[in-house]
Amino acid sequence: MNNILVLPMLLPIIVGVLLIFLRTYGRIQAWISIAAMVVTAGISIYLLHTVQADGILRLDFGGWEPPFGILFVADSFSVLLVLTSSIVTAVCLSYALISTSKELQTMYFYPTVLFLAAGVNGSFLTGDLFNLFVCFEVMLLSSYVLLTLGNSKRQLREAIKYVSINIVSSWFFLVALAFLYGTLGTLNMAHAAERVAEVGQTPLLTTISLVFLVVFSLKAGLLLYFWLPGSYSSPPIVTSALFGALLTKVGVYALFRIFSLIFYHQPEITHTIIGIMAGLTLIGGSLGAIAFNDIRSIAAYNVVIAVGFMLVGLAIATPEAIEGSIYYLIHDMVAKALLFLLVGTMITLSGSSKMAGMSGLMKNYPLLGWSFFIAMLSLAGIPPLSGFIGKVLISSAAIDSGSYVLLALALLSSIFVLYSLLRVFKNCFWGETIVSKEEQLPLRRGVLLPCLVLVFLTIGIGLGVEGLSLYVTDAAKTLLNPGTYINAVLGIIQ
Amino acid sequence: MESLIIILVGVLTTVAIYLVLSKNVVRVILGTAILSHAVHLLILAMGGLKQGTVPLLGEEAEIYVDALPQALILTAIVISFAVTAFILVLAYRAYQELETDNLGAMRGSDDE
Repeated sequence: MNNILVLPMLLPIIVGVLLIFLRTYGRIQAWISIAAMVVTAGISIYLLHTVQADGILRLDFGGWEPPFGILFVADSFSVLLVLTSSIVTAVCLSYALISTSKELQTMYFYPTVLFLAAGVNGSFLTGDLFNLFVCFEVMLLSSYVLLTLGNSKRQLREAIKYVSINIVSSWFFLVALAFLYGTLGTLNMAHAAERVAEVGQTPLLTTISLVFLVVFSLKAGLLLYFWLPGSYSSPPIVTSALFGALLTKVGVYALFRIFSLIFYHQPEITHTIIGIMAGLTLIGGSLGAIAFNDIRSIAAYNVVIAVGFMLVGLAIATPEAIEGSIYYLIHDMVAKALLFLLVGTMITLSGSSKMAGMSGLMKNYPLLGWSFFIAMLSLAGIPPLSGFIGKVLISSAAIDSGSYVLLALALLSSIFVLYSLLRVFKNCFWGETIVSKEEQLPLRRGVLLPCLVLVFLTIGIGLGVEGLSLYVTDAAKTLLNPGTYINAVLGIIQ
Repeated sequence: MESLIIILVGVLTTVAIYLVLSKNVVRVILGTAILSHAVHLLILAMGGLKQGTVPLLGEEAEIYVDALPQALILTAIVISFAVTAFILVLAYRAYQELETDNLGAMRGSDDE
C-alpha cells in the first residue's frame, strides 16, 4: 500500500480547492487548513517509519513502471523534509489565524498557502525531473499570489522583480531539462543517474549539471540571492515566514538530490564550484545581515547565510557533512519561521520595522523577548539548541577533509548571525522603554502561542537529537549511496 | 532540420533577451513569452524531428515520433500561459498603483 505516498501533495490540494468555496469564512478556513497540515505531518511520520522498516518507497502513477511513468519516491531525506515543512506550515497558518487582518484571510490566503505546501511537498517527493519542474511551478505560482496579497505598493514592486527572475530561472530549468533529455533520453532521476554512471560524466553532462546548478541556486538563494531580501521583506509577515522557512529549502533540497544522485562523478568541478558559491554566499549574507537597520531585511539576510552554510556541507560531501547539512536544513526551517514570526510580532507591536523605532520591548513583553533570545541562540548554533548539532558536524567534517577556508567562513558567518541578531536584541529589547505600561499595545491573545511551539521545537530538536539521528543517518546514507535509490526505483516491483 | 530549428531557437532567444533587458514592463513580459516559445522549440528539437509520423506506437508501427517531448511541451505551455497571465495582471495593477511602467522607476526606496 504505497498509495499513501501521494497524500502529502494531494491532501493540501483537495483541501485548498474546497476552501475556495468557503471564502468568506476566514476562521473556518484557517482551522481546516491547520487540520490538513497536521494530518499531512502525521502521514509523513507514518511514512518515515515505513521507510525505516521497508526501505525506500515508490508510487508509480497509473501503473507505468519506471522509467516510463512519473513516480513519487520517498526516502528518509525527502520524508524528513516533508514532515518539517508540514509542521512549520501548520504553525504559520495558526499564526495567520491569530494575527492577520480579516481582509487578507478572506482573500484566498489559506487555499494559496495549501497550494504552496502541496508544491513544496511534491518537490520533495517526486522522482522525475520534469515533475520536479511542475511541482516547482505549483509552488512558485502560489508564492507569486502570496507575495502580492496585501496589495501594498512595495509588494507590487517587489513582486514584479520576483516573478520576472523566477520566470527566467524556470526557463533555464526547461533548457537544462531539454539538454538532459537530448543527451540521456530520460528524465527519471534514478534512470538518469544510472545512465550517467554507465557512460561516465562527460564534459557535456557536466555542463548540463552546471545549468541545473544555476537554476537551483537561483531558487535556493545560493550566491544568486540578490532578489531575495527585497521580496522576503515586503509581504505580510506570515508570508515572509513561509517563504523564509520553505521556499529556499526546496532549492537546497534539489541541489542535494541532483548533485548526490546524478552528477556526483566530477566533484572536482561541480562540488568545487558549489563550495566557492557557498563561501561567497556566506560572505555576502553576513555583510547584508549587519548592514541594515530594518529588522526584516536582517532576517532575510539570515536566510541567505543559512543557505550558504548548508551548501558547505554538500561541497564537502563526506557522510558527516551531509548529516550535518540535513540536521541544519531541518533546524533552519523551524528557526527561520520562528525568527520571522517574532520579527513580525515586534513590528506589529512597535509599528515600525526600523531598529530606531523600538526600544525596551523587554519590559513590556518579556515572553517575546526571551523567545527572540532563544531563536537567536539557536540560529547562532549554541548548544543545546537545534542549530548546534548541524554546525558541529559540518565543522568537524570540514576539518577532516581539510577545507579550512570553508570552515573559517562557516564559523565566521555564525558570529555574524549572532552579532546581527544581538544588535536587534540589544536595540529593540533592552534600553530605555519608549512606551509606558499604560500606553503599550496589548499583545493579542495567543499571538505568541505559535512562536512558543516553534521555540519548543527548536529546543526539542536540540535535546532530542538521539531520536532523530536514526532517520538522519539513514537519509545521509541514501544520499551518499545512489545505488540504493536507483535500485529502489528501477528494481522489480514487489 | 534540427540545425534550422536550433538556429531559430537562438534567434528567438536573442530577441527575447533584448526585450527582457528593456525597461518597459510590457516589453519584459513579451520577452518572457518569447523565451518560453524558444525553449519549447528546443525541447521539440531534442526529441528528434522529421520522422514523418504521429507519436503513436501501434502494434505494427515501424516508425513513430517520441511522444514525451510533446507531452513536456504541452505541460510547459500551460504553465507559461498561467504565469504570463498572472504577470500581465500584476503589471497592470502595479501600473495603477505606482503610476509607472518603467522598471527603472520601480527601484523604490526603503522609507515607504
